[in-house]
Amino acid sequence: MAIDVRARLRNFEVIEPIARRWRRLPPGFRLVIVLAFVAFLWILPTLTVPVLDTPGSSFSSVLFYPVGIYVLVAIGLNIVVGEAGLLDLGYVAFFAIGAYTMAILGTDIGAGFWRILPFDVPMNWRFWVILPIGILVSMGAGLILGSPTLRLRGDYLAIVTLGFGEIVRLTARNTDSIGGPRGIANIPHPYLPGIKFGILDPTPYYRLLLLIIILVVLMVRRLERSRVGRAWTAIREDEDAAELMGVPTFKYKLWAFAMGAGIGGLAGVVYASRVNAITPDSFQLVLSILFLAAVVLGGSGNMYGAALGAAVVAYLPERFRSFGDRRVLIFGVAMVVMMNFRPEGLLPSRRRAAELHDVRPEDELDAGESEVVEAESA
Amino acid sequence: MLRLINFAHSEIFMLGTLGALFAASLLGYHAGDATPALTGLVVFLIVGTLFAATLAGGGAILLERLAYRRLRHRGAGRLAALISAIGASFAMQEMFALRYGRDALQFPRVLDKNRLFSLFDANVRADKVVVFVSAVVMMLLLDQFVQRTRLGRGIRAVAQDPETATLMGVDIDRVVVLTFLLGGIMAGVAGVLFEVFRETTRFNVGFLYGIKAFTAAVLGGIGNLRGALVGGLVLGVMENYGAAIFGNQWRDVVAFVLLVVVLMFRPTGILGESLSQGRA
Repeated sequence: MAIDVRARLRNFEVIEPIARRWRRLPPGFRLVIVLAFVAFLWILPTLTVPVLDTPGSSFSSVLFYPVGIYVLVAIGLNIVVGEAGLLDLGYVAFFAIGAYTMAILGTDIGAGFWRILPFDVPMNWRFWVILPIGILVSMGAGLILGSPTLRLRGDYLAIVTLGFGEIVRLTARNTDSIGGPRGIANIPHPYLPGIKFGILDPTPYYRLLLLIIILVVLMVRRLERSRVGRAWTAIREDEDAAELMGVPTFKYKLWAFAMGAGIGGLAGVVYASRVNAITPDSFQLVLSILFLAAVVLGGSGNMYGAALGAAVVAYLPERFRSFGDRRVLIFGVAMVVMMNFRPEGLLPSRRRAAELHDVRPEDELDAGESEVVEAESA
Repeated sequence: MLRLINFAHSEIFMLGTLGALFAASLLGYHAGDATPALTGLVVFLIVGTLFAATLAGGGAILLERLAYRRLRHRGAGRLAALISAIGASFAMQEMFALRYGRDALQFPRVLDKNRLFSLFDANVRADKVVVFVSAVVMMLLLDQFVQRTRLGRGIRAVAQDPETATLMGVDIDRVVVLTFLLGGIMAGVAGVLFEVFRETTRFNVGFLYGIKAFTAAVLGGIGNLRGALVGGLVLGVMENYGAAIFGNQWRDVVAFVLLVVVLMFRPTGILGESLSQGRA
């Protein structure tokens, strides 16, 4: 057993035993713990936790952006990258499209839109109308990008999505009617009777976002366990085999793309309604890379892992703000170290982890074997 | 070649520019000085290439050791390697920024930007000729190297089928390291040429060029050196035509739209996959 412990430590396996125990708990008990955790998250902005606190920036703002927004985005991106295995390096585009939908429809630029509606929407309530529109527009963008490009695989898809992200950003930058490089200011805030969504207090936004994240998590969980989710897994594991087995791979890949895009757009809408002003430079390529890092670091294929990874990726640089210039350096090194110790992510999907463990014994014998597995999953 | 998106390659290139800078200051050239004579240029090109190639090649080997090898041995997926490389790329950029600051470093002029001759109304400058000719020479050398030598054959074998390559007695670790070294040396030379041409470097100099280089490689067909040349050429030409027609701010949009369109019709790039057929 001593060897077992050492091997575990070497592979940094501290989370697996906890996860195993968690699965053995009775469902009612698990529900209580989950509810307690949600309640904890609900009151988190009002607490001052000594170690968690972020020196240099307000803790409750950090909880909304970047942490909360990253979590939502990572859940969306995880559908594309983790579930369906499509490498998307331009995910920020959908985030930007959602944010711009909110900004355009919420300000004078989109005033014409409200006039052609058959009914009157009071100014205050427009956020709630824009929210589903933003999701639909982003999903549409996902379909437009996906339908010609999803026949590509691997690196080719990655670079095309990367290009798409840049196209969206540069187009926004070069179109003067939506503010050009200056972006759009005075984006309205959400409205709910009795709750004040102002500029100063981020807590209501955070709680709204928390509710949205919970809803999305529940929805995606249903989706994962449905026929669609199984189809995604099949595509990720072996696209050719899935196709031969009669899975309409293209349709499901497109579906994954649209779902992911919709969630990204949703995050964009909420983000824009909080920050008041957006510019094209809020949607740099680096953001796409960070989103992807969040998903992979947390455990690609496992929604909760992706959410955890997002929280880590968003939170660490804020936490180490006191290190000043050095924080990105530390962050980069941390990424390398984490990937080296846990290539499957912090909270891997069970299926993925099983695959990696499958490989390991052969791995000891022959390093070359692993290359094959890697190439095949590519 | 190795089916890896090496995100940190732009930082290797950055190291190359830095090596060129070291060489220049070692030779006593500083920004703002008068342009040295022709012998000075030749000496600089040789010493600079030596420095840049050493630095960039060393950086590449270190990168492979620290960020890639362990992951490869554990059979982790491409995504893990990608993220690891991104982390390494952040770290390297920041190290540069912390050491030399975030502003651009100026570089001495080693070659006057005189007009040599005109070609269809376009001015052909001396520095551009040097860059262009060197690039073509490097291309040819690399192509021959991969086609003819033992190591080149090893690289192609590993790219095609790592398992069979191992069975045939190819030491994968060695081949991968040497491939990284080769890539590093190329990046180092590119760094020197870049300095001759642009005369400046900064901590994130590699980023945009890395993306463009990757785009060019994909456009031409991954794992295909001649494809990369064609891709780079097409991309550069189209970008500049696009910029001329739609205005400079649309330059990158044109480039990426072109990429999407080409890949729609030729999903494996202009020249297809000649090295690792059927494995896209």
